[in-house]
Amino acid sequence: MARQPNKETLLDWYRQMVLIRRFEERCAELYQQGLIGGFLHLYIGPEATGVGAVAALREQDHVITAYRDHGIALARGLDVNRVMAEMLGKRTGVSGGKGGSMHLADRDLHMWGGYGIVGGHLPLAAGIALAAKYQGKDEVVVALMGDGSTNIGYFHESLNLSAVWDLPVVWLVENNQYGMGTAVGRASGAVEIVNKANAYCCGADGHGMLQGPRVDGMDVMAVYDAISEAAEHARKYGPVLVESLTYRLEGHSMGDPQRYRTKEEVESFQTKGPIGRFRALLSDKYKGVESALDRIDEEALKAVDDAVEFAKNSPDPTYDDLVSHVYVD
Amino acid sequence: MADKVITIREALSAALREEMQRDERVFIMGEEVGVWGGTYAVTRGFIDEFGEKRVRDTPISEMVIAGAAVGAAMAGLRPIAEIMTINFAFLALDAIVNHAAKVRYMFNGQFTVPLVIRTTTGGGKQLGATHSHAPEVIFAHFPGLYVGVPGTAYDAKGMLKASIRDDNPVLFVEHSTMLQRRAAVPEDPDFVLPIGKSDVKRRGKDVTIVTYGKGLEWSMTAADTLSKDGIEAEIVDLRWLRPLDLEPVFESFKKTNRCVVVEESLPMFNIGAEVAAQIQQEMFDYMDAPVKRVSAMDIPLPYSREIELMALPSAEKVVAAVKELV
Ligand SMILES: Cc1ncc(C[n+]2csc(CCOP(=O)(O)OP(=O)(O)O)c2C)c(N)n1
Ligand SMILES: [Mg+2]
Repeated sequence: MARQPNKETLLDWYRQMVLIRRFEERCAELYQQGLIGGFLHLYIGPEATGVGAVAALREQDHVITAYRDHGIALARGLDVNRVMAEMLGKRTGVSGGKGGSMHLADRDLHMWGGYGIVGGHLPLAAGIALAAKYQGKDEVVVALMGDGSTNIGYFHESLNLSAVWDLPVVWLVENNQYGMGTAVGRASGAVEIVNKANAYCCGADGHGMLQGPRVDGMDVMAVYDAISEAAEHARKYGPVLVESLTYRLEGHSMGDPQRYRTKEEVESFQTKGPIGRFRALLSDKYKGVESALDRIDEEALKAVDDAVEFAKNSPDPTYDDLVSHVYVD
Repeated sequence: MADKVITIREALSAALREEMQRDERVFIMGEEVGVWGGTYAVTRGFIDEFGEKRVRDTPISEMVIAGAAVGAAMAGLRPIAEIMTINFAFLALDAIVNHAAKVRYMFNGQFTVPLVIRTTTGGGKQLGATHSHAPEVIFAHFPGLYVGVPGTAYDAKGMLKASIRDDNPVLFVEHSTMLQRRAAVPEDPDFVLPIGKSDVKRRGKDVTIVTYGKGLEWSMTAADTLSKDGIEAEIVDLRWLRPLDLEPVFESFKKTNRCVVVEESLPMFNIGAEVAAQIQQEMFDYMDAPVKRVSAMDIPLPYSREIELMALPSAEKVVAAVKELV
């Protein structure tokens, strides 16, 4: 059973979700102003999935994800100033301004990065899990991915290998119903993605992929419980596939005309957003908590303001940065 | 410790065994590396000696072989991932090019990828168009990766050991028709060769032949023939396509003023193109003739013996190319 989070922990999850939301809103503005370049994939809508999943991990565990990575990075505790600096391509950024929005990592926090190639990080997750197991460490990897990436070869090869080798990986599909503009049902033979686990289960001695739950990805508590349980299984036995049902409230990336869905559909999810829902739950559970939540809201805004200040005042990378770290010298 | 005459296959096995004995973090993964003993028998007996933990048979999954090896390397192990033949590395191209070669740079030095991907290359065995590529030059295009192609047993051992000990990702390419070639090789477990150093394999004054891998064999045979006609070829074996060390080529060219590049690659965008460009850039004042290239013909390799050989380079083609120059 998952550790039951106390009030302080729950408020911290709320803080993280609000921080992510404010951070992403600000990124959108900075993109419009031309201060952020490249592709920008916002994590507005799925905050509860990222925060709940990361909360279920221990410090020594590992997180890896795709390019929609800002929320995961912030949930894992990457410095908000340095994440914003990376957005602005500054030398103080978490990846020195060389990775950009899609490539946020912090080795020390076991955040192994965001990755821009759909599915490209999934075999890396298997390898990180192999290293943990090989070295006899009691660690698990949570590998987040989009629904669209479950149709790519990397997904199948990685899940299969993790099943054959009993690797401690929680494969977590963030099913936000679309891969760019293609709805899940138009791209995936299995519409309930979690059923794909069955293809890699079970060997003669019962080993192989465990089919985990389809969890309400807009409910941070539910995600936390599901991933806590999955991580426990992964630590003891091997891989699990979990599907989180979520929704992105913004376009795929900036400038997405969103011809593939209706305004009404988006609005229907807006009212079910994970932050408002969690706030209501907290208000219900703890009498008089509103003032604390308001304070958290203000602090999040301030943290993002400060991060933008920090990023704007940071130096650009230099020629030396351009040419460094191609190889180990 | 003395030298011993062994085959390239034995040299590779010795290098792997010694490095696995030396460092617990080194392990092998790939198709048929364990129970089968390696498709080219390089890892025969390894699974008994080192166990299944360190000699890991994988499913037929090139994408995850390469990608999981990258992840394991990032997380502190020193994988030797085997891709049965380089033809199948095309399936792993993304993992090799985008992740093995780039995660260090992209995340500003936070990650290290001490990885060796071993594979075999080359045509000439009547395996048809899909199984006869020699495309190592494609991989040499990308910064972040090293590409080594040994042409002798001596180099095979020293270069492979160096690759395993190095902290950068290396694509290590062995020629599938050369595994039985013999040479004297040091038995000293600390024999390693530097990464990115070419080697002059034959001294001569009349023409510089630049080559690597199987090209070394064609070139050495050609040089013997040419010598009978009074033409002495100097042969520079690049050994590494990246880092590419052309210093010995330039030194040689100052003396010979002529150059032929010999390789099994296809003729367009190959190593010869790069060497010719660099000679033209650096050695313009020394040039007495255009740089000539001997490579495979610009077609897919066919099955039938005679026409397959027709499409590949040969010692005779090297002789003919040199004679056009001198
Ligand atoms: C191998 C590859 N093919 C195509 C793309 C272009 N692309 C980027 S994101 C994306 C959609 C992925 O959808 P999903 O996995 O559901 O993630 P989401 O964006 O919904 O979070 C595509 C096709 C890519 N980055 N990599
Ligand atoms: Mg999606």
